[in-house]
Amino acid sequence: MKKMSPLLSVQRLKVYFPIRGGFWHRAIDHTRATDDVSFEIMEGETYGLVGESGCGKTTTGRAIIGLHKATSGKILFDGIDLAKLRGKERRRRTKDIQMVFQDPYASLNGRKKVLDIVAEPLRNFERMSPQEEKRAVQTLLERVGLDADAAYRYPHQFSGGQRQRIGIARALTLNPKLIIADEPVSALDVSVQAQVLNFMQDIQKEFNLAYLFISHDLGVVQHICDRIGIMYRGRLVEEGLAEEVYSNPQHLYTKRLISAIPEMEPAQRLAKRRVRQSVQEQYEGAYDQFFDKDGKLFDLKKISKTHSVAVP
Amino acid sequence: MGKALLEIENLQTSFRIKGTDYAAVDDVSLCIHEDEVLAIVGESGCGKSALALSIIGLHEPRVTDLRGAIRFEGENLLELSRKKLNEIRGKEIGMVFQDPMTALNPLLTIGSQIEEPMKYHMDLSRIARKERALDLLRRVGIRDEALVHARYPHELSGGMRQRVVIAIALACNPRLLIADEPTTALDVTIQAQIMELLKTLQSEMQSGILLITHDLGVVAETADRVAVMYAGQIVELAEVDDIFARPLHPYTRSLFQSNPAKMPRKGRLHVIQGRVPNLENLKREGCRFADRVPWVPKTEHARSPVLQEVKRGHFVRCTCYKNFHFNTGRSGEKDVATS
Ligand SMILES: Nc1ncnc2c1ncn2[C@@H]1O[C@H](COP(=O)(O)OP(=O)(O)OP(=O)(O)O)[C@@H](O)[C@H]1O
Ligand SMILES: Nc1ncnc2c1ncn2[C@@H]1O[C@H](COP(=O)(O)OP(=O)(O)OP(=O)(O)O)[C@@H](O)[C@H]1O
Ligand SMILES: [Mg+2]
Ligand SMILES: [Mg+2]
Repeated sequence: MKKMSPLLSVQRLKVYFPIRGGFWHRAIDHTRATDDVSFEIMEGETYGLVGESGCGKTTTGRAIIGLHKATSGKILFDGIDLAKLRGKERRRRTKDIQMVFQDPYASLNGRKKVLDIVAEPLRNFERMSPQEEKRAVQTLLERVGLDADAAYRYPHQFSGGQRQRIGIARALTLNPKLIIADEPVSALDVSVQAQVLNFMQDIQKEFNLAYLFISHDLGVVQHICDRIGIMYRGRLVEEGLAEEVYSNPQHLYTKRLISAIPEMEPAQRLAKRRVRQSVQEQYEGAYDQFFDKDGKLFDLKKISKTHSVAVP
Repeated sequence: MGKALLEIENLQTSFRIKGTDYAAVDDVSLCIHEDEVLAIVGESGCGKSALALSIIGLHEPRVTDLRGAIRFEGENLLELSRKKLNEIRGKEIGMVFQDPMTALNPLLTIGSQIEEPMKYHMDLSRIARKERALDLLRRVGIRDEALVHARYPHELSGGMRQRVVIAIALACNPRLLIADEPTTALDVTIQAQIMELLKTLQSEMQSGILLITHDLGVVAETADRVAVMYAGQIVELAEVDDIFARPLHPYTRSLFQSNPAKMPRKGRLHVIQGRVPNLENLKREGCRFADRVPWVPKTEHARSPVLQEVKRGHFVRCTCYKNFHFNTGRSGEKDVATS
């Protein structure tokens, strides 16, 4: 099933945003949102990108589909550098990558009916009769757990989680090869979340889809992802198979993330609190484990065939 | 637990869709006390946000109809004038909106949006307001607070926006905080910090918190009581340890079973059969959950169940909960019906 050459290869990607100031409103500094990030995703694979809020996950995803310009680095899709393509060829290629946006409301056009929102990508690329189009849209809506007649309503008439599912339906219309899903289930209760995750896994098998799954929910990431990259302040600090990273975390930030997962079992809450405290103490006194003498995060080093960590 | 801060009585919130009113919140009665965290959980679309927005009167009045009473420190908010309501809103009651981007003004800097409510409700100098805004940003875990203070919403990450909305809600030390999914966009480390912060401010101010979330871990760790909503109604209400140890309503039990952390990797997750229908298609007669437990005989569900107290402080709206073998939902087994 899996090919040897990656579907997506992100190489030393940097995305910097200018910080403007002073009288001339010139760039006086930069926010290094994504700072030298490299990873690969194979066909049919799910790669999870996890990390602190503001560490550059969304920026990385948006750079891949071309919504942010890379400051430097390369993004190869199917071996082709997308940044070099123009016009029709570019449109044809980028159609294979779709994104589910983190902020569902802001990304859905409020003046359009759901039918038009979900069908829009179809209209750009495929010729369908209105009947076929309607059927295609309603099938998708039902598969993400919405009523078929949701097609005739406007985004503001939906709850937060319903809007997020509209965004997912929209990303799926064109049968892409890669979906960048930015917090696709974070607004959903666990039951609907389960339904959407099952569905995402089903279509993955059916169409050999790859996912870049951006999330802060380690429970979900652990469940659905093959490999995980942990991001911290613009850089990857740990990468490996999902079970490896989860059960044998090496970087202190990863440990901290895992210990902070809230505990549902009353019996284990106290034990959890102790682990959390000890990790927190380690974390506070561990500047040297994170940064080199110039204040830079370390580069990833392999500690096994599949597992890498940023340590001195 | 302190005295009652907010009392909701038989609230009904209806939206007008193509000329007909449909109740999204139906006969909800609740009480939040001083120094209490009441969590509301429930399936996407069950009416949690509609309930929250009803409390602070932010529904579009032309298409919404509100009935019942919402008493805040004795005053019925539904009967107050706009002016009076504006005084309470933002000062006495702070709201964290589910959708941070729509709650923020894209044209104003973060700093000015946090300072805005302070201008109206607090007697602070310009410099003191800025100091307070920076302090709030720091407390919600934003590292470069001076930089973020001067930025615009689109320049922030999703989780940073959410924390800005939390800072705004806390700006005037509210007596009641309504937090609609306040930590959905946050990683667990910052989530923990925010929940800590809310609890600290709460005990300083003796305030009440209405916490809407689907994160059952957060509920278990922070709530005092939990209300479970289904299709516009409260179907179960109990103290937090009670409900986790002994969930009664079949919906609550299914919810506890869907947790992905408990499932084998890449396996199929437990889902509740069927789905919450659109408002227009919701059946109003009989048990609203009936379609999702098809193995229970239909005759059980002809009457609309009422919310009844089955144990001190533990309420459930279900006629058939006794027909289920008791199962904590922790083992991943399915509920089995007997009759
Ligand atoms: N358009 C922009 N202009 C300026 N700065 C930006 C812009 N977009 C993002 N940033 C900054 O880049 C950094 C990374 O943001 P990004 O949205 O990638 O974070 P994230 O990892 O997705 O976080 P979250 O989990 O909170 O969504 C943040 O400091 C943010 O303020
Ligand atoms: N302005 C509106 N007009 C018509 N229907 C609406 C409107 N706002 C919400 N609804 C409907 O009311 C129901 C309740 O919505 P609400 O936003 O309260 O759900 P929720 O419980 O907050 O869900 P979520 O967890 O997904 O945010 C949904 O069926 C939704 O589609
Ligand atoms: Mg993001
Ligand atoms: Mg909501």
